[in-house]
Amino acid sequence: MKTFALLIAQLGASTKTNEKLDALAEYFATAADPDKVWVIALFSGRRPKRVISSAFLQLWCMEAANLPAWLFEECYHTVGDLGETIALLLPPANRERSDTSLSSVISRLMTVEKEEERVKKAFVMDTWMQLDKDERFVFNKLLTGNFRIGVSQKTIVNALAKTIQLEPSVIAHRISGNWDPATTSFETLLSEKSSAADHSKPYPFYLAYAIDGEVSAIGNEEEWQAEWKWDGIRGQLIKRNHEIFVWSRGEELMTEKFPEYHALKNMLPEGLVLDGEIIPSIENKPLPFALLQTRIGRKNVTGKNLREAPIAFFAYDVLEYNGNDFRGQPLSARRVLLEEIVSAVNHPVLIISPVIEFTSWDQLENIRSGSRDMGAEGIMLKRKSSAYQVGRRVGDWWKWKVDPLVIDAVMVYAQKGHGRRSNLYTDYTFAVKDGDRLVSFTKAYSGLTDKEFAQVDAFVKKNSLEKFGPVRTVKPELVFEIAFEGIAASNRHKSGVALRFPRINRWRRDKKPDEINTLEDLKKLLQAYGK
Amino acid sequence: MQLIEFTDKGLYCSAGDFYIDPWAPVDKAVITHAHSDHARPGNAFYLCHTQTAPVLKLRLGDISVQTLEWNEPVYINNVKVSLYPAGHIIGSSQVKVEHNGEIWVVSGDYKIENDGLSGTFEPVRCHTFISESTFGLPVYHWKSQQEIFADIRQWVTGNQRAGKTSVMIAYSLGKAQRVLKCIAEITDRIFVHGAVWNVHQALLAAGRALPAVQRITPETNKSAFKNAVIIAPPSADGTPWMKKFNPYSVGVCSGWMQIRGNMRRRNADAGFALSDHADWEGLLTAVKETGAEKVFVTHGFQSAFSRYLNENGIRSEEVKTAYGGEEEEQEKPSTSKEQEEEIAGGDI
Repeated sequence: MKTFALLIAQLGASTKTNEKLDALAEYFATAADPDKVWVIALFSGRRPKRVISSAFLQLWCMEAANLPAWLFEECYHTVGDLGETIALLLPPANRERSDTSLSSVISRLMTVEKEEERVKKAFVMDTWMQLDKDERFVFNKLLTGNFRIGVSQKTIVNALAKTIQLEPSVIAHRISGNWDPATTSFETLLSEKSSAADHSKPYPFYLAYAIDGEVSAIGNEEEWQAEWKWDGIRGQLIKRNHEIFVWSRGEELMTEKFPEYHALKNMLPEGLVLDGEIIPSIENKPLPFALLQTRIGRKNVTGKNLREAPIAFFAYDVLEYNGNDFRGQPLSARRVLLEEIVSAVNHPVLIISPVIEFTSWDQLENIRSGSRDMGAEGIMLKRKSSAYQVGRRVGDWWKWKVDPLVIDAVMVYAQKGHGRRSNLYTDYTFAVKDGDRLVSFTKAYSGLTDKEFAQVDAFVKKNSLEKFGPVRTVKPELVFEIAFEGIAASNRHKSGVALRFPRINRWRRDKKPDEINTLEDLKKLLQAYGK
Repeated sequence: MQLIEFTDKGLYCSAGDFYIDPWAPVDKAVITHAHSDHARPGNAFYLCHTQTAPVLKLRLGDISVQTLEWNEPVYINNVKVSLYPAGHIIGSSQVKVEHNGEIWVVSGDYKIENDGLSGTFEPVRCHTFISESTFGLPVYHWKSQQEIFADIRQWVTGNQRAGKTSVMIAYSLGKAQRVLKCIAEITDRIFVHGAVWNVHQALLAAGRALPAVQRITPETNKSAFKNAVIIAPPSADGTPWMKKFNPYSVGVCSGWMQIRGNMRRRNADAGFALSDHADWEGLLTAVKETGAEKVFVTHGFQSAFSRYLNENGIRSEEVKTAYGGEEEEQEKPSTSKEQEEEIAGGDI
């Protein structure tokens, strides 16, 4: 745990990608193989199964540190991270302590899964007392299954490439997909043989950057293919070995969540990988993202779900055909193949994402302004000659989103943030006017600079009216422009609406609280775009 | 009527007609220490510890000031006032106020551990204690100065091996002198920012012994900084002024560095939780040792600390003051900037 804790500390303290890369490469060059496998797994979102609830961890920590629950809560809201709070509150470790490897801690953790609470508690308390503050922190992170430390897949892949003789794109492919770190050795994970044996394995996604500035700067119109940018979940639909697999971009295997796709199992040709959008749709028309959310959170899909939010797959690329990797082919050729495949299947669940015909950038800009009516959030531009690359790359694929919807609102509640916003009021709730009263309608956590956050934080501390647990009610005085991508009706919110991707667009220091938008304005937006 | 009242100008003793650390101009101000949120300009008369006066004058200019040693009582309108070491920074004092057999103590800012510079915190028996609570949560638990100094030295040595300049970010009054003492044991190539330099000179002039430092001026040759240690105030962190030290590594010295998120927010290469305030245990120890029946808790995590005291049999109440921010006495870049600029006389 010592070397792993050191790695996490180095990654956490570093702000430069190169330093993170060096720290990881150093780790991969020196750590034991089973530990390396776990590090790859943890940093690519494959965490050990959660076997102990955080409520218990909290309870045992309070007991060990002899603290009342309210004080623990207070600490947690200030620190903004449960694992770290516990690490800071526990009494000092035993003097005589031995170092246990990352993989053996995890395997011990998995053996207590089925044990009763008493055994789990003994294991956790015992381990805590063997670890120093930094090691406790990473141990708690293993327990709570949450390892967000700002290392991209690309950085991990590049760090691995420094120690093993493989191309980064090959490594990216081999560490993706369906493998269990508990039973996979470092060698098997990266070997060609096992990679070929895994029928479910997706390809690394090719991601686009946003167009910044004039669209004409990317080149001549005739070199580009335009499509709608759908607002669903990016996914790969795979048919191999007579089975069907659906992966999300977050590398989550989602096959079981979307039974609709099973209908395609016997219709898709063998050895096929399609890239596209998982999206609810009725009669080829996409439905709002909010409906998709009613599906992804659920363990069991009901008949009602299937009727109200039927899922389709909007295909826009073919990566593998007849078992052959087609990613190196130009998009224009892949597109022809894709159209053939989709029309041969001829099933309402598999829809081709249409190409938008245009002859000038001005014309396309005009078409783009109608994106919301199409259920899209803008336009994708892909170079016709482009190969399907790995990860986010500049040059061949661009997203060109419509301007967000905006509304002016006043801040009414504030809460302290997490991570690097620890102990700062950075999480705000906003309200619009409804006659004389204010109606809260959204939270937003991002969009201000560090300096602005510091100023708002100071305002909150001086102007908080009441305290409800971690939440402060704040004098409604600061006005912000809130931007969002979509709006849907919701009975879970007082205001009756739910926003998609709300964030702070800018601080309207020029506006007074009585100049903000009204609930009526919100409802008009709902009518226009909420469908 | 309380011996000390909480007014909109600050802590006020009506029997003696004087204020302690007022935040609006008054006739008579007793000052606990020279940090700008406790010692403000515009008072007609100042009373403080002998070692506080030099920096007070540096910051506030030509003021009328009377100085006292620790435990050397004076009477202000028949109210007995005496100072006791608070251990926070050089000269920092608790103020003991006695009248008609009733004793109140105002802590100002304090820490329990003896840092070898600021005097040893001395618990003073009293009926009512007014305590700060900057780090009044149990997550704040400091390593000993010795351990942190070892961490700092190890970091500086590592930077030297990597051919990097070590830039230590520390408040120019208090923290900077502690850091200086720490690193003077491993190097004599120590350069300081103008704000740190000015405090350094004032302390030297007042007879304090401090390790030698060199002031950084636009004329200082860049090659001199190679592998050296720089001490600079928080206001200098991240400014173009730092460019001349390239390649360098930044280490921030502050109790806030206890929390990872704060360190990441500061973009520091290293954080050292070296504080001039008491940690949770320190606050509890101090409160208990005063034997006070009633404790007023000011600037910091006052609601949590006060509630904890009440639940543990010590009568307590929280008080709003204008010291520090709500709970970020010195974390705010804005506050520190003002403070540092004042000390520097605009010479950043």
